[in-house]
Amino acid sequence: MKTLRDIPVGSSATVTKLSGQGALKRRIMDMGITKGVSVHVDKVAPLGDPIQVTVRGYELSIRKSEAENVIVED
Amino acid sequence: MGINIALAGNPNCGKTTLFNRLTGENGYVGNWPGVTVEKKQASWRADESVVITDLPGIYSLSPYSPEEVVSRDFLVRDRPDVVINLVDSTNLERSLYLTTQIVELGLPVVVGLNMADLLEKNGDKVMPEKLAHDLGCEVVELSALHGSGVDDLMKAAVAAAKGRAAAKPVVTFDAGLEKALTRISDIAGDKVPQASARWHVIKLFEGDEAIVARLGLSADQKRQVNEIRHDYERDADDDAESIVTMARYDLIAELIPHFIVPAPKKVSITERIDRVVTNRWLGLPIFIVVMVFVYWLSVTTVGTAATDWTNDNLFGDGWHMFGVGTSEYEDAQAASGWGGDVVVEDGQLGAIDESYQDFSDQISGYIEAAEEAGVDTEGVQDAIDAGDVDSDVVTDFVNAARDAGVVAQVAYADPDGNAVDTEGEVLDTTVTTDGEGGVETQVVVPDGSQQLMLTVDADQFQTALDNPEPDPADYGWWVPGIPTLVGDGLTAIGVVDGNWVRSLVLDGIVAGVGAILGFVPQMFVLFVCLVFLEDCGYLARVAFIMDRIFRRFGLSGKSFIPMLISSGCGVPGVMSTKTIENESERRMTVMTTTMVPCSAKLPIIALLMGALVGSNTYWWISPLFYFMGVAAVIISGIMLKKTRWFAGETSPFIMELPAYHLPAVRSYFLHIWERIKSFLIKAGTIIFGATILVWLLSNFGVEDGSFGMVDSMNNSLLAIICMPLSYIFTPQGFGGPGLEYQWQATAMTLTGLIAKENVVSTFAVLFSLGDLGENSTLMWSAFGSQMLNGSVGALLAFGAFNLLCTPCFAAIGTIRRQMDSPRWFWFAMAYETLFAWCVSLMINQFYLLATGAGFTFWTLVAFVLLAAMLFQLFRPMPKYEDRGSSVVAAPVAA
Repeated sequence: MKTLRDIPVGSSATVTKLSGQGALKRRIMDMGITKGVSVHVDKVAPLGDPIQVTVRGYELSIRKSEAENVIVED
Repeated sequence: MGINIALAGNPNCGKTTLFNRLTGENGYVGNWPGVTVEKKQASWRADESVVITDLPGIYSLSPYSPEEVVSRDFLVRDRPDVVINLVDSTNLERSLYLTTQIVELGLPVVVGLNMADLLEKNGDKVMPEKLAHDLGCEVVELSALHGSGVDDLMKAAVAAAKGRAAAKPVVTFDAGLEKALTRISDIAGDKVPQASARWHVIKLFEGDEAIVARLGLSADQKRQVNEIRHDYERDADDDAESIVTMARYDLIAELIPHFIVPAPKKVSITERIDRVVTNRWLGLPIFIVVMVFVYWLSVTTVGTAATDWTNDNLFGDGWHMFGVGTSEYEDAQAASGWGGDVVVEDGQLGAIDESYQDFSDQISGYIEAAEEAGVDTEGVQDAIDAGDVDSDVVTDFVNAARDAGVVAQVAYADPDGNAVDTEGEVLDTTVTTDGEGGVETQVVVPDGSQQLMLTVDADQFQTALDNPEPDPADYGWWVPGIPTLVGDGLTAIGVVDGNWVRSLVLDGIVAGVGAILGFVPQMFVLFVCLVFLEDCGYLARVAFIMDRIFRRFGLSGKSFIPMLISSGCGVPGVMSTKTIENESERRMTVMTTTMVPCSAKLPIIALLMGALVGSNTYWWISPLFYFMGVAAVIISGIMLKKTRWFAGETSPFIMELPAYHLPAVRSYFLHIWERIKSFLIKAGTIIFGATILVWLLSNFGVEDGSFGMVDSMNNSLLAIICMPLSYIFTPQGFGGPGLEYQWQATAMTLTGLIAKENVVSTFAVLFSLGDLGENSTLMWSAFGSQMLNGSVGALLAFGAFNLLCTPCFAAIGTIRRQMDSPRWFWFAMAYETLFAWCVSLMINQFYLLATGAGFTFWTLVAFVLLAAMLFQLFRPMPKYEDRGSSVVAAPVAA
């Protein structure tokens, strides 16, 4: 199962499902990462974590551990 | 009749700018007590009866973060007359997500499309009337930054409030979901408040526990609602919250094309800046450059210079306006032999006009020698002190001494008060007690070296007399400092030296006010930098860059800034924690950041190292203590993170990286002023009160059988209080019974709370060493060999305790202000003190053990503490019940 964490910098993927629950899941959704949306991975922070993605036309930072909750397909 | 307006919107949507524009100088009516998340309230400048409440910036009305809870409670329970929902037009999809929730609340709503001008500049076509139709409420285009459309917005808001017409969205979710919602609505019936029925029904569908509990549904109703939800979740293969969130975003996707005709997308300026600023390779170097610049400006140069100026001039003797007269004064000083550097040539001081010479030493030394030679010295010193150098007493004395051929050998003292040898090297001084509470000092002259003595004959004595220390007030445009002015004023009304009122006013009140105001210039410079970085959007990137390091210690990536600033001064350091949004991370940073040694702690380090190794000029000394401070922060972070109060998963770091923009000037300065004001009011009162209290303790006591102002600190209330207190420091080796100086180190620690550098000056006062400083060899040897019996363990423990314990009152006051909760404040104070106590205990006990002292009860305590610390550091993250959410509430309901 592919997650947002596995997407290489510079490519996009479509969200198929969100795993996890509670505050973290709700926060991910509230920020606009929902089923069917396209997420573009812009870059990795200088120290290797977190990553920066573009979703719904704005920039969002998300830790790799949190990105694992976002299941995607290319 | 008053109108209550709530201002809601995403973080960074321009809400603060709009709020400042609307309320202006009316300022804040007040922060809300008992709530750590700030809601601000002020009246509209155009109409006092309109009160605007600025809610915290939120993305959703979900029940998870404190900001969201505060906002939704205000909207649902307090029911303002109208909600202004400010929407960032450059980020519509996400902004309207909150809007879809607000229009369900059954309140009159006005949507403000902020920065719509940017969209139009981009070539997009915006049709607000279409959006207004879909949402069933007024939609106004505006620019909070430039002020256009703001009047229209307020007109619409006031009209909506008076009309009491709730927003009635036309658009709906997909049919299946709407059907489920209708069924829930039928089941809940009148248990749901009619005005906000739709919002409550959706919450029931989502299973929002807080709301379900509040509505008081019967068990049967709950069961039916749960059934509908479970069926729907099973069919959709998703949970109810996700279903609703998706439905909202689908709705928005449908809405946007209705009212916007987009132009082709271009690469934005923000993207272009970020390609460099958060670049994988350039990100860190740029971050370091920015931080070095902020530190340089606010700590190394401008900020400290401004604060030093305030302390040394405004709250010191005075200053030369525009520097007029300064150089003339300095020339006069050098010419008279009262200033300049030490120049030693051939065992004698260099030419008089380029040497430092304390003439008062020569004068008193010569008088002493004359007395030994049998010359009458009665009244001479008094006459000189009074400035009557031409009086008969003095003239007769000089003639008599000249006739007797008196020549004095006066020990030369450098500006630190140290004796030097003929090569200019500083000599050590030993101290022994005379058994009567005083000390005797002896300069140690090594073999092959000779102490530099000055030969003072009658002519040299006359030269010293003829060159009184110049008064800066005689040169240029001299402006006296506040203490000078107040002192003169007191003298004028007959309150002279020795009167306790004079001491209270000058050493208590004026010093207290000076301690507060002295920080303001530095804080201003710091906030000019930080508020700019915050408002323009760079701080969010700092968190992005530093997150990986800091989250391990329960801190935020933004914690780096407070720590860095604290190495200069803890007060602005603690103030700068304001930029950390997450409560738990902010509290943790506030609690630990003052463990980084500030510049006022450097004299303590210098005194300590002088006492330990006989020199304080080794390059590695200061870094060592900074390292200890940083280690203390890291250890505290890891330990505290595993306690009940800070526990929970690390808070999510799903954070918007806002578009870069230049801050609006007005809003920028209001932002700075707001922070300085909160420091002045909230921290100022504590600093002021505490300074007066310590003044009282150290100046009053029982002397000669009666209570009053005391001459010697040994008889003061401070000494009386510190005597029992000193028992606390028995295991640390710097207090308690068995020490010749049992309470003095405790008193030094207490006065260090006024300002850390007071530790050194209090020591000098207690040992009657006058105004010697931390660079005096006499101070080193008195401190090391006498006071603490030369115990290295006790010295290190004393240093560790003073560096790690609660900071000075100024910083304590700031912590109180930042915590905004008495219980959290006391928790922070207790933790810092306890941590310092444990660390210093371990240092002393392990040192004693290592140097062959026996195994005692306290050694055992030290091992137990070490074991407890290691356990807390390395045990896995414990699980606490009822902490499902990552949002950490106060440890004890505040």
